[in-house]
This record gives sequence, structure tokens and C-alpha cells, in this order.
Amino acid sequence: MPGFGIIKGLKETARNFFGSYHDPGRFVTIQYPEEKREHHENYRSFPFLVYDGDPVKGLRCVSCKICEKECPPQCIYIVPEQDGSGKLLKFPRIFDIDVSVCMGCQICVEVCPFDSIKMDQEFEVSTADRFGGLILNRSKLAKSNEYYHQIRPAEATAVDAQLAAERERQQAKAAAAKSPAPAAAATREKKP
Amino acid sequence: MVDFAQPENAFKPGLPGAAEPACRVVPKYSDQGEREGDWLEISMGPQHPSTHGVFRMDLVLEGETVIRLKPVFGYLHRNHEKIAEQTTYLSSMPYTDRLDYFCSMTNNWAYALAVEKLAGLQVPERAEYIRIITAELTRLQNHACLMGFLMQDLGAMGTPLMYAFREREKILDLFEALSGARMMCNYMRFGGCRIDLPPGWLEQTRRLVADFPRFLDEFEALLTGNEIVMARLQGVGALSRELAINAGISGPMLRASGVNYDIRKVDQYGIYNRFEFRVPLGAHGDCYDRFMLRLLEMRESLRILEPALKDIPSGPIIDARAKLRNFKPRPGEAYGRIEAPKGELGFYLVSDGSANPYRYRVRPPSLINLTILEDLCLGQKVADVVIILGSVDIVLGEVDR
Ligand code: SF4
Ligand code: SF4
Repeated sequence: MPGFGIIKGLKETARNFFGSYHDPGRFVTIQYPEEKREHHENYRSFPFLVYDGDPVKGLRCVSCKICEKECPPQCIYIVPEQDGSGKLLKFPRIFDIDVSVCMGCQICVEVCPFDSIKMDQEFEVSTADRFGGLILNRSKLAKSNEYYHQIRPAEATAVDAQLAAERERQQAKAAAAKSPAPAAAATREKKP
Repeated sequence: MVDFAQPENAFKPGLPGAAEPACRVVPKYSDQGEREGDWLEISMGPQHPSTHGVFRMDLVLEGETVIRLKPVFGYLHRNHEKIAEQTTYLSSMPYTDRLDYFCSMTNNWAYALAVEKLAGLQVPERAEYIRIITAELTRLQNHACLMGFLMQDLGAMGTPLMYAFREREKILDLFEALSGARMMCNYMRFGGCRIDLPPGWLEQTRRLVADFPRFLDEFEALLTGNEIVMARLQGVGALSRELAINAGISGPMLRASGVNYDIRKVDQYGIYNRFEFRVPLGAHGDCYDRFMLRLLEMRESLRILEPALKDIPSGPIIDARAKLRNFKPRPGEAYGRIEAPKGELGFYLVSDGSANPYRYRVRPPSLINLTILEDLCLGQKVADVVIILGSVDIVLGEVDR
């Protein structure tokens, strides 16, 4: 019978309309600024740098520039610190990420061999400043290991265990050699 | 046909400095040289709401009938292939997400498959299962959205699209829990997947798969018997078997014309040979067949998902030989292709042994399915052009690259 298909469809629409008042399966809208979704632990937005203890001296980054090389849109800019004689130190003097270019792909996190850059979950980063406001410098990027534990408990615990194991191995090696620890190991162990 | 080389038929350029008009009247002459009336040349897009992105069609109309159609694209071109040749293999992985931004998981898979062939990596069992599960979930949400958009083009403003988006939201939530992002997943890696499934993910997915038929039934009740939908879709934009094969059409477009060709069956990449599913085929190749075929394909996807979620083994998720940093496959070439929701998505790579590919080429299903648009639209009414374009299922991110 012509028209029957339309009536059948309208019945479906009516069921959805009334269901949206009492069926919890159909309460799908979230009133965003007032109401916020819980993030899953894996959710990612932009990168940040992890430090242990002191926000400047405790940065884990050794300025090896691997992330700068691998970042697909090339939005990381690193300049290593130099000492008086011009020798490069294993510490970033400048570490900038342009988050207006960053696409949150997590490649930098994956390739970093020192677990020093991780993904944040902060997503409300809009600013009225078109040029400077979206370039995050070293001090804005640095966040503590405690914060990392807070946003990603499981992952941060695993990373801590891995770093501790690595440190022990280094110490054992240094003790076995019965010589002063090599310079590379010493600078890497600036964590408390 | 119109001979546009004739001076009287040539389009007059606009006044210097004047904007291109969106519509132009061209006088029409009979064979005897008598003036018979006018043709109308209109430019549909790039901001037309029905063009699924920034896509333009130059139409020549006689009355309401299309007598010439020229697709114009490239507005979204971002040099994907050349950028990929400048960066490392890993760095192109997030860019593949942006090809067909509805189906980032299948894009990742196709690229990973090509690189795995190149580097000779073996994917562990568990990763293969994860890949199949994510790919079929992608197919579900892509087809659901496409049907919603097609209805939107028909004039069913909002309702079916919002129902489809409601279901898609649940799948995107799963993707977010798994990979960290809803659409730009960047999840698969050469030789496996990036991270293991989070706890509780499988239960959640099982629940979604168990609930999904309810949505399909609802959608079917809402639309498939609807007289307006049938009147608008049946017999419109028919694509013949021969043309579909000759033009290299793939995916649901090809199968709607009755050609039994599904790369999941033909190539049996991954572990698709372990699953039982049927390949739905259309009989007429018109818009209604394309629409219904996608509905049936969703049901088959559910049939793959159920056993996959049940049998998924534990174990490693990435080949131990896979390297993240300093990845340099041996020289050679490889072509990896999969059955993406829109058709055959292939990546062709040539390696010269360095860290970046020497040649990187994408075979995008959307672009190749779009090439026959003029053949589908000739002789149809201008209002049907919108529906035909909708039923082709294009994403401009993939067409323009
Ligand atoms: S998340 Fe991706 S785009 Fe952003 S800084 Fe890291 S590598 Fe670059
Ligand atoms: S963040 Fe990691 S990869 Fe980047 S420079 Fe620092 S240590 Fe190297």
C-alpha cells in the first residue's frame, strides 16, 4: 500500500523522540562547557616535557633532537645548552613546540629514547594571541612526573619502573668496571 | 552533443576584474543554424552544501537535464605523496589518517601492509585480530555515515544523519580509548599495532556489536520501505557492469553493479580467510542498490566481528624485528592494498634503501570512483546529480590528497 513505508518510518522517529525523554540509551548529548566527558587514559592532545624534581634542572630531555627530526610537520625546535667553551651539553636551552602546527600524532613520544616527552590531555588551549600564544616554550612545556602519574597512572608507573631498571643496570656496570662512571652515564643520571 | 569549439557556443569570458559568474546562459542552435533556446551553464560548488567537501561540478543543463558535467577538484590538495617522499616511513603514518578522514584505521592498515611487504615483517596473531576488528568497526561507521549523508542529500534533513552519528559516536569512543584520538588514530605500525587493547575494551566492543543490529533494524524500518526514498533512488544513476570494470571502479560501487570482487576475498590479506562472510551484490547498479548494499555489508561486518572478538588470542602485538627509529627497508618495491570501506585502497612504495621512500603513491578509491561521475549523471535531472554524487561516497581528503 503506498504511503505505508512512510508511516512505518515515522513510527521509528516517534519512538526515538519519546525515547529521548526516558530511555538512558538515547541520552547522548553532553552540555559541553558545564558538563565534561571523562577522558580515557589513552586520550592525547599535545606533548609536554616530563621533569623529576626541579622544573629546569630535572628535565629528562637530553636534547638529542631525535623527536625534532621525526616530527612529521616539523614543529619542534631545539637548541642544546652550551658550556663556556662551546661544548654542547645534554640539556635543551630552547625547546619550542608550535601547537598551531602540531597534529598530536604522538610520533615524538614514541621515538624519544629517554621517556622525556609525553602526551598531555589538556585540550582547551585556545588563545586570542595569534602568533606567540601557541608557541609553547620550555617552561610552558615542563610538567612534573606527578602530573604525568595523575593523567596516565598505568603508563607512568610502567615508565618509572623501566627507568629505575635502566639506572640499576648502569650502576651495576659502573661498579663492575670499578672505575669512575663514564661521563655519558653521569649526565643521564640527574634524576633524584 | 554541444561543440564548444564553435564560436557561438564558446563561453564568453567575464569582464576583466569581474568575478566569475556562478551561472551563464549559452544560446543553443539547431543543425540548420536556427536558434532553439538556451543552455545554462552552472557551477555547483565548491561551497555547495551537497558536495561533501570542497568539490565543484561544472554542469551544462538543458532545461533541468544534465548534458555535460565536468568535475573540478584539487581545492584540498596538500602534496601528500611528495611530503611522504621527504619524511621517514614512520612520519607518513599520521598523514595517511588524513586521506580518508572517516576511516583512518583502514588507511593505516593499507600503508602498514605495503611497508610490511617491503621490509618483510610478520604481523603477530593478536595484532591481526585487532586490525580486523578496527577495520570492520571503521566500515560500520563509514557506511552508517554515508547513508545518513545520502539521506541528507535527499532532503531528509538531519534525522537519519543524526541517528547514524549517534552510533558512530560510540565507535569513535572505542577508537579514542584504544588509540588516543577519535578520528586521526595513527594506530597501526609496521609489523603490528602501537599499543595493546586497554582493559575492558573487548567487553565494550562486544556490547556495541550486540547492540548494532538494533540500529540497523531501526534504519531499515525508517528508510528502506519509504516510498519517497524508493522513488528518488531507484533507477537513478545506473552504472553498467562493463563500464564499472573498465573504469577501474572498486568497492561497494563495483559490487552494486553485480561484479563479485571483494579484496578481502580475492587477496585474503590479514587473516580474512578465517572468517565466514558473504559478499552482497547489486542487480541494477543504481543508487538504491548502492544504498542497500552498504546496509547489507554492515550486517556482514557484524558477522566478522562476532567471532573475531571471541577468538582473539593473547600474545605480542608487534613483530620483534620492527624498528621505530632508523627504519630502513631494503631496496625494492611493494604494493599493499586492502578493501577499504570506499573501495580498493592501495599504497605503492619504492625503496632505495634509505630512510624515506623513493616513490610513494596512493591509489585512492574515492578519486577513481569519481571518474565516472559524468557517465552516471548525463541525462539525469539536476536534483539527482546531488544524490548520485552522494551515493558514490567520496571524501575529498582522499580525492585531492
Ligand atoms: S605530536 Fe606529532 S606533530 Fe606534535 S610535536 Fe609530536 S611529533 Fe610533532
Ligand atoms: S624529547 Fe626525547 S627525543 Fe626529543 S630531544 Fe629530548 S630526549 Fe631527545
